[in-house]
Amino acid sequence: MSRAITVKKAINEALHEEFKRDPSVIIMGCDVGIRGGTFGVTAGLYDKFGAERVRDTPISEAAFIGACLGAAITGLRPIGEVLFSDWITIPMDQIVNQIAKIRYMFGGKINVPLVIRAPVGAGGGQAAQHSQSFEAWFSHVPGLQVVMPITPYDAKGLLKTAIRSNDPVLFFEHKRGYEIQGEVPDEEYTIPFGQAVVRREGSDVTIVATSIMVHKALAAAEELGALGIKCEVIDPRTIYPFDYDAVLKSISKTHRLIVTHEANRRSGIGAEIISQVVERGFEELDERPVIVAGLNVPMPYNHTLESMVIPSEEKIKQTVLKMMDKV
Amino acid sequence: MPNRRISMEESLTKLKQFKKEVMSELKAPADLSRDQILEIYRKMALIREFDTNVKDLWKQNFIYGLAHAYLGAEAVAVGACAALKKGDTITSTHRGHGHVIAMGGDVNKMMSELMGKADGYCHGKGGSMHIASVDDGMLGATGIVASGMPIAVGSALSSQVQKKDNVTICFHGDGGTNQGIWHSSINLAAAWKLPVIFLCENNQWAISMQYSNATGNPKVSDRAKGYGIPGITVDGFNPFAVYEAVRDAIARVRKGDGPTLIEARYYRYIGHFVADDERYRDISTNNPWQEEMDPLKRMREYLISSGTASAEEVERIYSSMIKKVEAAIEHAKKAPEPSTDTLWDGLYSPEFMKKYGGE
Repeated sequence: MSRAITVKKAINEALHEEFKRDPSVIIMGCDVGIRGGTFGVTAGLYDKFGAERVRDTPISEAAFIGACLGAAITGLRPIGEVLFSDWITIPMDQIVNQIAKIRYMFGGKINVPLVIRAPVGAGGGQAAQHSQSFEAWFSHVPGLQVVMPITPYDAKGLLKTAIRSNDPVLFFEHKRGYEIQGEVPDEEYTIPFGQAVVRREGSDVTIVATSIMVHKALAAAEELGALGIKCEVIDPRTIYPFDYDAVLKSISKTHRLIVTHEANRRSGIGAEIISQVVERGFEELDERPVIVAGLNVPMPYNHTLESMVIPSEEKIKQTVLKMMDKV
Repeated sequence: MPNRRISMEESLTKLKQFKKEVMSELKAPADLSRDQILEIYRKMALIREFDTNVKDLWKQNFIYGLAHAYLGAEAVAVGACAALKKGDTITSTHRGHGHVIAMGGDVNKMMSELMGKADGYCHGKGGSMHIASVDDGMLGATGIVASGMPIAVGSALSSQVQKKDNVTICFHGDGGTNQGIWHSSINLAAAWKLPVIFLCENNQWAISMQYSNATGNPKVSDRAKGYGIPGITVDGFNPFAVYEAVRDAIARVRKGDGPTLIEARYYRYIGHFVADDERYRDISTNNPWQEEMDPLKRMREYLISSGTASAEEVERIYSSMIKKVEAAIEHAKKAPEPSTDTLWDGLYSPEFMKKYGGE
């Protein structure tokens, strides 16, 4: 049996179920308790599991994310929530120099079962410090895992895997994705990291899309389908580990590749994906691969300017048409 | 202690304690002229009217994104900035509208910015949360709590190195006091005896977190001792109390004695931002504070009872601020949108843009 719920609800269910399953799971962050999270994701946890396991923190990201690490290596499975992912810059030392490296530096002796959840993404005029997506930064750091779910099914299953993982996970939820609905089974399930999903099958162009761009790519693919162009849309779901086999398999059929992400283009995850695919499967490509990403500018407040910066479904569509020599 | 929900009893206990330990009687100090006193009221009224309208304009979608109102805090910025002179600077928080007005900023340009218009202070790039009127010495609002702390320190350093006698006020909230950068910034300023005043707008709430649950000692000014600087707690609903504290701190700074930490304690009896449903507290617990402490109400009563102005004059001043805000709204609604070719403007210096472009 299954039912349709939102991404927000799916994450909330995963949290409730993991809290119930494992008493070592705790969560800390600004407004995760009494308020139930800024986006309502942690609703009900405080009342059900109490203030000891569901901890509202002072605004001290470096301290509580670092405290997650200390707790993780001494028997707990902490989840730290950064209220907007933009502020993950504040605990950056703890994440990059401590969390990512502590197992390796100490000769592999300790487990680091730790999840950092943070809402990413632009839209709605939240301007330069509340709109960013930093997945490429963390993908760059050896020792971390980076997850970006966009369907309720994936959000729930991947969060459970994240919480049960013995290695640190950055779990990025898109703010504009929280209300997206989808089917989620009633039964318990988890989703392994490093397994992409083909969201739509096609034989002309492969579009690798992350997070909210999956929905834009699907909308573009639908319109292009009406024009007789068959796009295959791949959602990697996890940025690291990354399922290159799924992409290579797809381009062996389509021989064309577009990668799209919302974060700005320069040094983004698209560059890494394309370089890996070129190294591993250059001979399969008939066209130069193309990246459709955010512009390299801080997010402006004004609606019109903002919509120029965020990659759109129309931009994906035009890129496909150009690649197919239709414009 | 773990965060817990506030009860009416707790709110009333806090109010009682505030009245006993922090509240002070409104009484204009002798060094303020009648014009200066009325200017303080004028600016407080302007902030009140401006931010009361911001909420409605946000609901009507003229203003979007995130906007945080300065309602209830009017006395802090206006009292503090009344002690400044030309060339002095301030750093702001995410709650910056009051700071712009206190520094003598233009409400037309601010309203335009809030509506994302081309003639706004930031040409539509920043919006409410990044409002900045740099020409008035207001070095900008920020969306990252406590991030203005070292910027204020740097501004004060600049004044010291350039042998100027200008000072910087670093406005920040109680929420910011638990960031590491709060501590290291104050320490740096204390070590270097910089001309900066750290002014904590302690509204006692960091969204859903009561300050008394966020720290072992909720009296911010006590922390000054740890850095070897003076610390004082004043009534943040009383513009004169804030003015006097800042004036005295500036006198110390100008003698080369370094920074002061001022805690202007008030109470955020409105939502954190314009669309905050305050689900983390029973909003009736806000009422006693608003009813007894509303700084505009207290100021009006003082002006009339002290004979500084007649009830009619006070009313006239307030009405003129209503008109000023109405005019700003009309102005901003009609102001042009930024053209799309301005997207890259301001990303780098003009010389960089000319040589490399921005992309």
